[in-house]
Amino acid sequence: MKILVFAENWDGIFKKSSFEAVSYSRELAEQNNYELITLCFNNVSKEELNKLSKYGSSIVITTNPIHKVDSISMSKMISDITIENDIQLFVFSSTYSSKMFAPRLSAKLNSSIFTNVVQLPSSLNPLKLKKKVFSSKAFEIAKSSSEKNIIMLHPNSYGVKEFSSDLKLSEFTTESNTEIEIINIEKSSGKVNLSEADIVVSAGRGMKGPENWVLIEELANCLNAATACSKPVSDIGWRPHSEHVGQTGKTVAPNLYFAIGISGAIQHLAGVNSSKVMVAINTDPEASFFKAAHYGIVGDAFDVVPKLIEEIKNIKN
Amino acid sequence: MKIAVCISCVPDTTSKINFTKNNTEFNKEGIQFIINPNDEFGLTKAIFIKEQNQAEVIVVSVGESSIEPVLRKALAIGADSAVRIDNKAKDSICVAKNLSSYLAENKFDLIIMGKESADYNGGVVHGIVAENIGMQFVNACVGLEISDDSYIIEREMEGGTEKVKIKSPVIIAGQKGLVEEKDLKIPNMRGIMQARTKPLNVLESENFDFIQSIEFNKPSENKECVFIDEENVAELVKILNEKEKVL
Repeated sequence: MKILVFAENWDGIFKKSSFEAVSYSRELAEQNNYELITLCFNNVSKEELNKLSKYGSSIVITTNPIHKVDSISMSKMISDITIENDIQLFVFSSTYSSKMFAPRLSAKLNSSIFTNVVQLPSSLNPLKLKKKVFSSKAFEIAKSSSEKNIIMLHPNSYGVKEFSSDLKLSEFTTESNTEIEIINIEKSSGKVNLSEADIVVSAGRGMKGPENWVLIEELANCLNAATACSKPVSDIGWRPHSEHVGQTGKTVAPNLYFAIGISGAIQHLAGVNSSKVMVAINTDPEASFFKAAHYGIVGDAFDVVPKLIEEIKNIKN
Repeated sequence: MKIAVCISCVPDTTSKINFTKNNTEFNKEGIQFIINPNDEFGLTKAIFIKEQNQAEVIVVSVGESSIEPVLRKALAIGADSAVRIDNKAKDSICVAKNLSSYLAENKFDLIIMGKESADYNGGVVHGIVAENIGMQFVNACVGLEISDDSYIIEREMEGGTEKVKIKSPVIIAGQKGLVEEKDLKIPNMRGIMQARTKPLNVLESENFDFIQSIEFNKPSENKECVFIDEENVAELVKILNEKEKVL
């Protein structure tokens, strides 16, 4: 049996989520004696491809460039590779592009598709998987009745595991005549990606105004963390929607989550409660975030955060 | 112009999540059902387009008769008619296949869905439908404009946004940002009165057996929060660094 894992790259660079998907697939392949094929599209340097071998990729198929927004071409390419290689199981990290092409692929292959998967399968025949539901308020165990299956991993759930192997490259070319015209791309400059960040510094209305986010950004910078915010903060336009964490925003699962001046509404907690360690800083000792947090400081963010920055700089030096 | 808005009915976002029948089913007792928040942005967008371009807006949902009050609310917000595909909606593939049959038979210029539902968070229905009915599809949309026979669509992606132009017809999956939270349409009295007489058609469905739910469980509760004095931030940093090893 063969597993295909998609190692996504961004402008030729892999991210943690790509290595996580490879690590997961390698473990699955090792446990069950399956063959693992890694798929990588567009132009990636040999040096970057070598990084995949540290996490267990051996056979790597590279393809011609396809734009990620073109889910028709992406799914067709994977489906063509599937026919040539007789693949039964697919592993993708949940990214913006995989969420477009993976459902299409499942319709093409008449397969089952499981999203927000957090663990290796508890059984393979039938395939049984544990996944997050209700915005992380619960888990569901579900089983497949299909021969082909697609697993979409929730980022930061399985983690990366090193497994050294030798790289064997092959190329696959597919037709792509897209009807999509790219008008422009706007990049938010050099920030850490929120969905796969190890540390997230999040703040709420307790910061009193958007001008005070310099403090949050400074803390995030010295931790190499992503910044995030609560729903009210993005609703009033202090921060962009893309930073809104919670039930109607993004769900994150970092190793460390700082909630600064966030009261902790149930919808916010739903989006963050898979974080490994949560620290709450709030002037109100009754704030509901303290019921969810592992560590708490009752105090004014404007006093506590500068001290935090100083102490972190001390240990980093 | 004809627009379909596919909506999902989900528990109110403040709901406590509990399970019943030996943890095999979501406990609906005392739960208030609402239009899925991601779909609500799409519905409001469709109404805006209708106001500017004289479109016909049809809301479509797969579910049992218990979802009809939510469909009436969508009609009160401004949709012209509603379609309920009568099915338990037990998984994404089953929902997508039933939607596909309806959407393939009735030609639409634009199909709007939400990025994902707030209950099972699958986020795959739109992509499966797009493939089944052979349409272009863009997920995580935060902007949509009509330009002659094309759409200018802005989507969120890792580390930024991207604007693309696609010829009609197209499926988009919306989220917060497609319209601003403050602009969300709320039913007024006139809308509620009109909604009572707007058509709500019920269609038969098919069942598909791809994925079976076995059981649900909830994450274990946290231990008590350890409070650290605000004068002692150094201790917190030491714990995070040495004990938790997360710095």
